[in-house]
Amino acid sequence: MRPFDYQRPAAPEAACQGMSASPHAAYIGGGTNLIDLMKLGVMAPDLLVDVNRLGFDTIKDLDDGVEIGATVRNSDLADDPRIRVRWPVLSRALLAGASAQLRNKATTAGNLLQRTRCPYFQDIDVPCNKRKPGSGCAALGGELRNHAILGTSEHCVAAHPSDMAVAMQALDAQVVIRDADGQTRTMGLDHFYRTPGDTPHIETRLNPADLITGVRLPAPLGDRQVYRKVRDRASYAFALVSAAAVMQLKEGRIEYAAIAFGGLGTQPWRDPKVDALLTGARPSEALFEKAGDVLLRSAELREGLEFKKPLAHRVLKAVLTEATQ
Amino acid sequence: MKTVLTINGQQVSLDIDTRVTLLDALRDHLGLYGSKKGCDHGQCGACTVIADGRRINSCLTLAAMHDGETIITVEGLAHGEALSALQQAFLGHDGMQCGYCTPGQLCSATAMLEEARAGRASQVTDDLTTPAPLSRAEITERMSGNLCRCGCYSGIVAAIEEVAAE
Repeated sequence: MRPFDYQRPAAPEAACQGMSASPHAAYIGGGTNLIDLMKLGVMAPDLLVDVNRLGFDTIKDLDDGVEIGATVRNSDLADDPRIRVRWPVLSRALLAGASAQLRNKATTAGNLLQRTRCPYFQDIDVPCNKRKPGSGCAALGGELRNHAILGTSEHCVAAHPSDMAVAMQALDAQVVIRDADGQTRTMGLDHFYRTPGDTPHIETRLNPADLITGVRLPAPLGDRQVYRKVRDRASYAFALVSAAAVMQLKEGRIEYAAIAFGGLGTQPWRDPKVDALLTGARPSEALFEKAGDVLLRSAELREGLEFKKPLAHRVLKAVLTEATQ
Repeated sequence: MKTVLTINGQQVSLDIDTRVTLLDALRDHLGLYGSKKGCDHGQCGACTVIADGRRINSCLTLAAMHDGETIITVEGLAHGEALSALQQAFLGHDGMQCGYCTPGQLCSATAMLEEARAGRASQVTDDLTTPAPLSRAEITERMSGNLCRCGCYSGIVAAIEEVAAE
């Protein structure tokens, strides 16, 4: 690791000030991704601002939802009785991610901001537009497996690795952000991430000193919630394809549908056209097949990733079947 | 960077480089060689310790981030000469071959049993609102963060099952 300074502020003002002090500063939450990337030389911040003692470690009740503090651990979020009962898809997604040890460290905000597990991003000896803008993409022409087929560009095919964010995408989560001037704003998770285009190193719409203080979940719009994850081993692996479904049924029809996907997109993927197709329709195998066609209409099936098309179809069908039974 | 930790009941003061991970602080600065550096990237679990009651990968965290916390390593599991129930069960079931992953397995399993007693769910728990008994499937899922390259999983699971049933 390159040498760095370390600050552990007790208030958000000081944290934002610290971040503003250097263009190469980074916030550190759980550190499970950042420290790994620093060991690999992929990231080399000259200042770490530890956000763990800013008081953002609780889950607060809102009118009819909750605000999850930025440093609430993934394990505590999955375990929270409110989340287990009203937003079980989020508990399920969290429990499907990483290992118990990692979930005990990983934070809510850190999970949203974790970097791709594209092996070429993690290898500093090969070109990567995300790691070193303009250097090229070793994944294209390399071996593709945990890469994206939706939202990609000729500059980057890296998939977003989160499970948690997929469930949050289906739950219409809002990210709460404090800017360098102390102003608070919220941003829908559907607007939070950027597709890579020709700037894959810019992954979100956050400004440099912005501090995520929490994530708000509105009341769930569906009580049928399912998360399914398919991967190369039964536990402790990133998704090849995952899907979160939040649905409501009324008199045999789908009254509400919000479906989000992991392992497919450059960001936690949600397609309004899929939700619209399902809403108001009667559940059927043909409908679920059509939903897969709509989801994958612009999929880029690069060599090595062809398997994701039938797999995504099957995962979507399984999730929709389970949610509408 | 001045850092105070309580390790296995003993308070220690360190003045270390910011880059020192909790694992390196234990091994290189405090002479506690029980916690092992397997992969050093959070993939194998050999470095698992219990920080403020929670099992974590000590390789993926900085010692300075744990200032003021209580750490339990494998050296702190026995009561004097008396092995903990899990340590005894690992011996009884041959839950090891080379032994390199064992300190991490023991710390992880010790904390895992507490998590299960507290009613925490896992990926394979059927009903999130009802605490699940520790079946084999529950144990293997909850222990998936600890790899054993000798493949002693059957002995490890049997040892944990025995203690869970007590």
